[in-house]
Amino acid sequence: MTAAPKTQRLLLVILAIAALAGAALLALWGLQGRAAYFVTPSEIAAGRVEPGVPLRLGGMVSAGSIAPVGDGNSFRFRLEDETATTTVRYRGILPDLFVEGSGAVAEGRLLANGEFAADRILAKHDENYMPPELAERAERATAETVAAP
Amino acid sequence: MHRFANPARFLRIARPATGWTLWPGLVLSLAGFIGGLFFVPADYLQGDSFRILYLHAPAAWLGMAGWSGLAIAGIATLVWRHPLAALAGRAVAPVGALFAAICLASGSIWGRPTWGTWWEWDGRLTSMLVLFFLYLAYIALADAERARGPDSEGRIAAIFGLVGAVNLPIIHYSVIWWNTLHQGRSISIVEGRSSIDPSMLWPLGLTFVGLTLLFVAITLMRMRADIARIKLAMRLQRRAEAAR
Repeated sequence: MTAAPKTQRLLLVILAIAALAGAALLALWGLQGRAAYFVTPSEIAAGRVEPGVPLRLGGMVSAGSIAPVGDGNSFRFRLEDETATTTVRYRGILPDLFVEGSGAVAEGRLLANGEFAADRILAKHDENYMPPELAERAERATAETVAAP
Repeated sequence: MHRFANPARFLRIARPATGWTLWPGLVLSLAGFIGGLFFVPADYLQGDSFRILYLHAPAAWLGMAGWSGLAIAGIATLVWRHPLAALAGRAVAPVGALFAAICLASGSIWGRPTWGTWWEWDGRLTSMLVLFFLYLAYIALADAERARGPDSEGRIAAIFGLVGAVNLPIIHYSVIWWNTLHQGRSISIVEGRSSIDPSMLWPLGLTFVGLTLLFVAITLMRMRADIARIKLAMRLQRRAEAAR
């Protein structure tokens, strides 16, 4: 007994799609870490980053950490994630959306002393969109809850 | 499935459907853009530049939906030898490519003031650019296959459409799998969650539905034009044979 040609072709296409999905999954598995756009401060803290190699570092700009140094064109700030913090040095113009408490990506290299020397700074935007009044209200609410106890 | 295989029957539905999608599509898109540009508050951080979202997000969806359509048409071509499926694939491809290009261009224009760069090779941006190139390849391949003669019935393009569909989940999950410069998604329909404030959300719904209807209308028009072209060629051939 043989199946109708239509059914055969359907089976063949399903098999082909399964094989294709499997191949794609394996390829992505192989890519895993290498397709990342940036490394995080905790990956630096874990010693997984070699000094001197060009790379990007991404994280949140620590509150109160942006400080101008020396000639006024240079800055020092800290990028943090949940577990670690890296100090970044940068000389140049900071993007408008580069603010404390929001995400940023630094392009440069890790120095031997554990600091990160950046040649370029990109601001990262999160997925939240709200009007200014609402953002103010949210900020005031968090400030009050922090001040309350 | 073969109910629509007959071009006459397809045209009987496609003709009124073109008008029913074109005009509401135009009105809804226009209303959405006007709402997004003039009636919605500016973002607390990005200011007015965020308004490009009302074009960018639907364009991204349609770029990806277009390829899903190609892949489905590919399956219909390969399995059921559906005569209109190959035609549908050829009709969708340039429209999908257009929206993918709009998505890339609008994202780039937004990226300059927001991120500080026109282009970065992160996972989301790169996979979307790959989708655009896949569209160009599909258009070239389908054209070449058609020029070669009617005996292959668009099977090669259909296989390419299926293979290219691998890119769709990569685009969608790129912001989850890898660290990317592009932010994660703001809206999840499955979870019913949105990190876009409701006061800024309604024009997005309008442009999503409006541009999708426009996409359908353009595709239907292209299919009808293609059917007319085939009919004309057949009629001319018949007349030439009769005159001989």
